[in-house]
Amino acid sequence: MTASATATAEVFTVDESVLETASDQARAIRDSRPLRLITCGSVDDGKSTLIGRLLWDTKAVKEDQAATLHRDSGKQNDLGLPDFALLLDGLQAEREQGITIDVAYRYFATDRRSFIVADTPGHEQYTRNMATGASTADLAVLLIDARAGILEQTRRHATIASLMGIRQFVLAVNKIDLTNYDRAGFEQIVHDFKEFALTLGVKQITAIPMSALKGENVVYDGRANMPWYEGPTLIETLEKATTRSNQTVGFRLPVQRVSRPGESFRGYQGTVAGGSVKPGDSVVILPSGMVANVTKIVTFDLVRNAAVAGDAITLVLDRQVDVSRGDMIVAIDSQPMTGRGFDAQLVALQPEGIEPGKRYWLKSGSRRQRVSIEPVSQLDLKTSKWHSAEKLGMNGIGKVHLVFDEQAIFDTYEQNRTTGAFILIDPDTNNTVAGGMITGRRSEIGGIHKDDQRVLLSLPADLAEKIMATELFANRRQDVDVRHTSAGRAAEILADLDE
Amino acid sequence: MSDTRHEAEAKQNATSKPPLDPHLKALENEAIHIFREVAAEFERPVMLYSIGKDSSVLLHLARKAFYPGRVPFPLLHVNTGWKFAEMIAFRDKVVADYDLDLIEHINPRGAAENVTPFTHGSALYTDIMKTEALRHALDAGKFDAAFGGARRDEEASRAKERIYSFRTPDHRWDPRNQRPELWNIYNGMIRNGESVRAFPLSNWTEVDIWRYIQAEEIPIVPLYFAEKRSFVERDGMMILAEDPRLELLPGEVKQEGVIRFRTLGCFPLTGAIRSQATTLDDIIAELETATVSERQGRAIDRDQSGSMEKKKREGYF
Repeated sequence: MTASATATAEVFTVDESVLETASDQARAIRDSRPLRLITCGSVDDGKSTLIGRLLWDTKAVKEDQAATLHRDSGKQNDLGLPDFALLLDGLQAEREQGITIDVAYRYFATDRRSFIVADTPGHEQYTRNMATGASTADLAVLLIDARAGILEQTRRHATIASLMGIRQFVLAVNKIDLTNYDRAGFEQIVHDFKEFALTLGVKQITAIPMSALKGENVVYDGRANMPWYEGPTLIETLEKATTRSNQTVGFRLPVQRVSRPGESFRGYQGTVAGGSVKPGDSVVILPSGMVANVTKIVTFDLVRNAAVAGDAITLVLDRQVDVSRGDMIVAIDSQPMTGRGFDAQLVALQPEGIEPGKRYWLKSGSRRQRVSIEPVSQLDLKTSKWHSAEKLGMNGIGKVHLVFDEQAIFDTYEQNRTTGAFILIDPDTNNTVAGGMITGRRSEIGGIHKDDQRVLLSLPADLAEKIMATELFANRRQDVDVRHTSAGRAAEILADLDE
Repeated sequence: MSDTRHEAEAKQNATSKPPLDPHLKALENEAIHIFREVAAEFERPVMLYSIGKDSSVLLHLARKAFYPGRVPFPLLHVNTGWKFAEMIAFRDKVVADYDLDLIEHINPRGAAENVTPFTHGSALYTDIMKTEALRHALDAGKFDAAFGGARRDEEASRAKERIYSFRTPDHRWDPRNQRPELWNIYNGMIRNGESVRAFPLSNWTEVDIWRYIQAEEIPIVPLYFAEKRSFVERDGMMILAEDPRLELLPGEVKQEGVIRFRTLGCFPLTGAIRSQATTLDDIIAELETATVSERQGRAIDRDQSGSMEKKKREGYF
């Protein structure tokens, strides 16, 4: 693609015309994609009540559903409202045990935007379902009981959410009514969380004091009881949040299937996983490395002059090349990494954990191949430190090496949340046993790594804080040791090294 | 197919429709992705086709996903024999218009044992004529993947279901032990006899369905639009009284009124609503102010507590 800048410009032209047409229409159409969010936090922090409140106050609960709630709960809270948790805990076992087991997806909308919310379980044993919800979320709402403050499970969920690439957090300090709307208590929790969040590299945090039960600062403001809080309500924050985008990197099309309805037509079907494409662009087919030019982008509605990340398309190339399911068609001037060894972070999702040397199936995009896993270290959620590990247990978060039999194709997860993500499947049970995120490619020559080379920097604290808040830093936070000390002591340490 | 013809056809499909709003476009892209993934990963997929509005959207998306090719799998209609007559006429026209392969399955026990919604009660009737019939039809076709039009916003147990919903060889769903489903990476690995139900419309809401039908000009069964029709009141529901097999019970009288249906199933088990909505605009406006959910008119959801989860565990869609 000699002119990727031109391509981008054209794509935006197309988008603008779309928006213009939409705004011309008399009816108010929501002009943004739905925001996906997860709610997480410890058991009994009130997650289900919060979502129930959101659904109730945005009028997403209908009368017959409310009647069923009243009938099933046989009780209601002090406010004459039904038990919201029953709205979400749809499985018999959940109702019997009064807990959330599996992630529930709910849908609601305001005049400005629509939302998909994943209510995820608070119990540690169901962490896999929390990870499931986090993988597709744009934003995480972390619930904290105003009386209890930050718990280990809060930290665990914040860590997983941040590992999975969530950069926008709402700190919902719930049950504030039970502290008599104590401002100092709220501010202490916010302070504690921000300090912890810095170690994760999370900087976009909106802290809101709320009572989900009473509906204060959820959809309606809580000024009557909290005149000291002047920030946004939860729904205002959600309306302004941004959705994740894959449009910043080079063109990626994981080929799902080859369409050959007749002798004269051959098209490659898939969903654009990054960048954009237009007729005339030069592309490379990986792993073969063959080069071709795009002649057409076919969809049911029209032959398009451009496609962007997220579009499900059929691509036609100018020459006969061997392309099959699992291949990736990519921009010639911005290619992903290929190789047989990669570094990744994993969340182990099943009781068996992840065993060293075992051969798993790895699926990423439309590509499935054999891989063996070498665990390197595991994150200790209590201390936020990485310890070396030979095996990952259930719910373990680890750094691993991936070793493939054949060429694999990835971007880093930081650069592309589609082509940098994968799942592991146990060939014995066919179950999904881990979710993973690529952090980098390993050198083909085994043993020669720069892993053990370090650089010591001595920086003013304010500059260090700014650097630590960058995404680049955050994504490798676990590789870094940070200590605070005085300028004089730092000079002594560095002087020691020079000797 | 020549390239020129291809472009002409594409232009014809485009007509003069305005572009989809980004919300619907995102839902459409996701559904097409799921269709293509299942079609590529499984050996014998089939699409459950119930003739309702969700099925109409599902079918439209399937045609889009595989264009310019044909839809590469058959449609399966599990007929109870008690569907609205207008639904069957609509189905046959759609199959002919779009060049589709249709498999119709009616459980022979219906005729042999005279299983009807009137004689067996809605729970047993649904179990035999829908759940059992579906299991038989899937087994007979050796289908390893079945697309369904279920949406997570329909019902509490559906809200918990994955997009690829794993089923054992006897079609059971284990809600406590679902495979984690991260990002849009679906695990399609199964053993012989096991299968997957795939739900491309998981993230759609009822309003999304109607907006999409309107934007894409998708044909639907006319029963969704208000019209003067005759009905009887039974168990608090307005039952259409146009089928000669409906016998009036003592005290019941045929009435006439302007009514329509929010969902379509078996006519003796599906309640109408009073409505003046004769256009898609009217229906959408009505929905935006609706105070009851769409499944309120469905008897089978109410016959026992947690009844949808129970039916689903046993193999119902």
